[in-house]
Amino acid sequence: MRTTASSLKVAAALVLATLVTAGCERPPIDEVQSGYRGTAMVQVYNPRVLAEQATHNVVPAALPAAAEGGPLAGTIYQNVQVLGGLSIGEFTRTMTAITAWVVPKDAAAAEAGCNYCHVGANFADDSKYTKVVARKMLQMTQKINADWKPHVQATGVTCYTCHRGKPVPEYVWFKDVDNTAAGGLGNRAGQNRSTAAINGASLPSDPFTPFLLGAEPIRFTGATALPTGNRKSIKQAEWTFSLMTHMSQGLGVNCTYCHNSRAFNDWSQSPPQRTTAWYGIRMARSLNNDYMVPLTDVFPAHRKGALGDVAKLNCSTCHQGAYKPLYGASMLKDYVTALAAPIPPPAVAPPAEAVPAEGEAAPAPAAPAVTSSMSDAQVSKRQPG
Amino acid sequence: MAEYQNIFTRVQVTAPPYPGVPLPNDGSIGGREGKGFLQHLVGKFGDAQIGPIYLGWTGVTSILFGFIAFEIIGLNMLASVGWNWIEFVRQLPWLALEPPPPSYGLSFPPLNQGGWWLIAGFFLTASVLLWWLRTYQRAKAHGMGPHIAWAFGAAIWLYLVLGFFRPILMGSWGEAVPFGIFPHLDWTAAFSIRYGNLFYNPFHMLSIAFLYGATLLFAMHAATILAVSRYGGERELEQIVDRGTASERAALFWRWTMGFNATMESVHRWAWWFAILCPITGGIGILLTGTVVDNWYLWGIKHHIVAAYPQVWAAPTVDPTTLPGAAP
Repeated sequence: MRTTASSLKVAAALVLATLVTAGCERPPIDEVQSGYRGTAMVQVYNPRVLAEQATHNVVPAALPAAAEGGPLAGTIYQNVQVLGGLSIGEFTRTMTAITAWVVPKDAAAAEAGCNYCHVGANFADDSKYTKVVARKMLQMTQKINADWKPHVQATGVTCYTCHRGKPVPEYVWFKDVDNTAAGGLGNRAGQNRSTAAINGASLPSDPFTPFLLGAEPIRFTGATALPTGNRKSIKQAEWTFSLMTHMSQGLGVNCTYCHNSRAFNDWSQSPPQRTTAWYGIRMARSLNNDYMVPLTDVFPAHRKGALGDVAKLNCSTCHQGAYKPLYGASMLKDYVTALAAPIPPPAVAPPAEAVPAEGEAAPAPAAPAVTSSMSDAQVSKRQPG
Repeated sequence: MAEYQNIFTRVQVTAPPYPGVPLPNDGSIGGREGKGFLQHLVGKFGDAQIGPIYLGWTGVTSILFGFIAFEIIGLNMLASVGWNWIEFVRQLPWLALEPPPPSYGLSFPPLNQGGWWLIAGFFLTASVLLWWLRTYQRAKAHGMGPHIAWAFGAAIWLYLVLGFFRPILMGSWGEAVPFGIFPHLDWTAAFSIRYGNLFYNPFHMLSIAFLYGATLLFAMHAATILAVSRYGGERELEQIVDRGTASERAALFWRWTMGFNATMESVHRWAWWFAILCPITGGIGILLTGTVVDNWYLWGIKHHIVAAYPQVWAAPTVDPTTLPGAAP
């Protein structure tokens, strides 16, 4: 009897200990000092988590360089709108790389390889939505590498930065569905649920709509010791706090990666990474508005969110938990010709129906079958700014 | 003699339940309900006797109002997960009843825009104040000092500052704390960050000093008494009026180790003041935040309590919005 009672106590103690420590990570934990001593400017890493994460951040080998010279793709193929200025060799190499980066390996035959975006009989055909999306994403990639250097530096991005072999990047976001304000009670005020994108905090669960789609003010701290008219509320602080928690989560870093936590708002004490992150917020906002939102009508319903909105990007989309995507390895350096900047189209038009056109888009009038959703307005908007 | 060397009381005396001392004013036992009974498991932790209990009108109304507040908060949480009990249990630590958006100021908002929060706050506050009155009245009725009531009052002060006094001074119920487990913790962090780091608030510093000080004193005192319980040290009142070997040994220990000792009586004054000053100073610090100080870090700079660190990066980081041509 006594034995049973004490085993029960031991079992109860074990269950309790398990429950209490369920959210904990076991030691040892690595710490890396990143600022002046004694200021808690430290990054905390779990080496076991990092080891697992590293397996997701292996850079695929670059394809062999294309042969020099040759005619431009846009002079051979129909409807090559973005990459027409590439040599035919570099064009084919880029298409092959994109296929490896984006198309799922286990796709059914009708969807496999080139067929994921192209109609097999006529590669110039724009009737598959994936091709229209891919074109826009190529323009986005060129835009990022050309004009967002304050964020991506010379490292740049490729399709693989986000896609990692998947047709839809693993980390995208949709607008939060919260109908609780409509009823008579139970209003969550946009917060108070465990959301992975903000590390399970009970902060506002969709900080992306106001900050990475809209341009609501992120800053709330007063510039004077005593009140001089700063009416930003604690609730506003919670929204910013949520965005910052997402950035911390998305990059696998602590607050102190970008801030001195004794004065979060003070730039003069902040590590230089904060500047990079500041441009990153603007970049994500710009890309969502200029590249993702215009694709809303192109995507089929099953690729959209519950509110019918297009998939959008945030910090996790590229970073995927790493302080730099792919730990800072540059894949762009092997695809500079195609992806580093918008490419001027060739002066010479392709011979009509000469060759079954492969791949990239073309001016709308020349396209045999532009989907109705790819309107003239979107075509003309394809090189904003 | 039983020794207090275990986390559980090992010896329990079984005797008829004791109804308690008669009231000093009329010699009655004053409305106590029931005769009381013994419960062995409870006796492992404290006194084995349960009851008799006195509720009175303050106790009954306090429990009723507390129940109403509990229900309003709980039903709002349940509604926020679509009346799904499984989700309610699963998400409970994240759920909350939120105060109104700041745009409503101090007006009474629609029920689902913080109105429920105001109603729940009213009932919870009424419940807490009635329970305070009960602790005061019971102490007076038993001829005790009101120390427990004033200690409880210190905690109520902090509660009222957070949810009532400060929101009124700020002109917005939206400044108040949500009712929820994780949400009130996230609120606390956001509060500190919004007002420029509460660690530079001197009353926050005092509150922390009293918090840690109170736990230290509690540990020192409890350890001292347990250590001399083999000499009857836990009979503190007897040791106060007639100092015996337990008291002598305890006092000598502290004089040996730190040159100074509290007395069997004064240590309780130390503990009481440290404990109540924690919420009192904390409440003052909260009340000053946003009302008279907007950024405690800058306040700290102004009053020379912020340490300067060497610059460790190549150049000071510059706010990009101050660069020419930058968009906000």
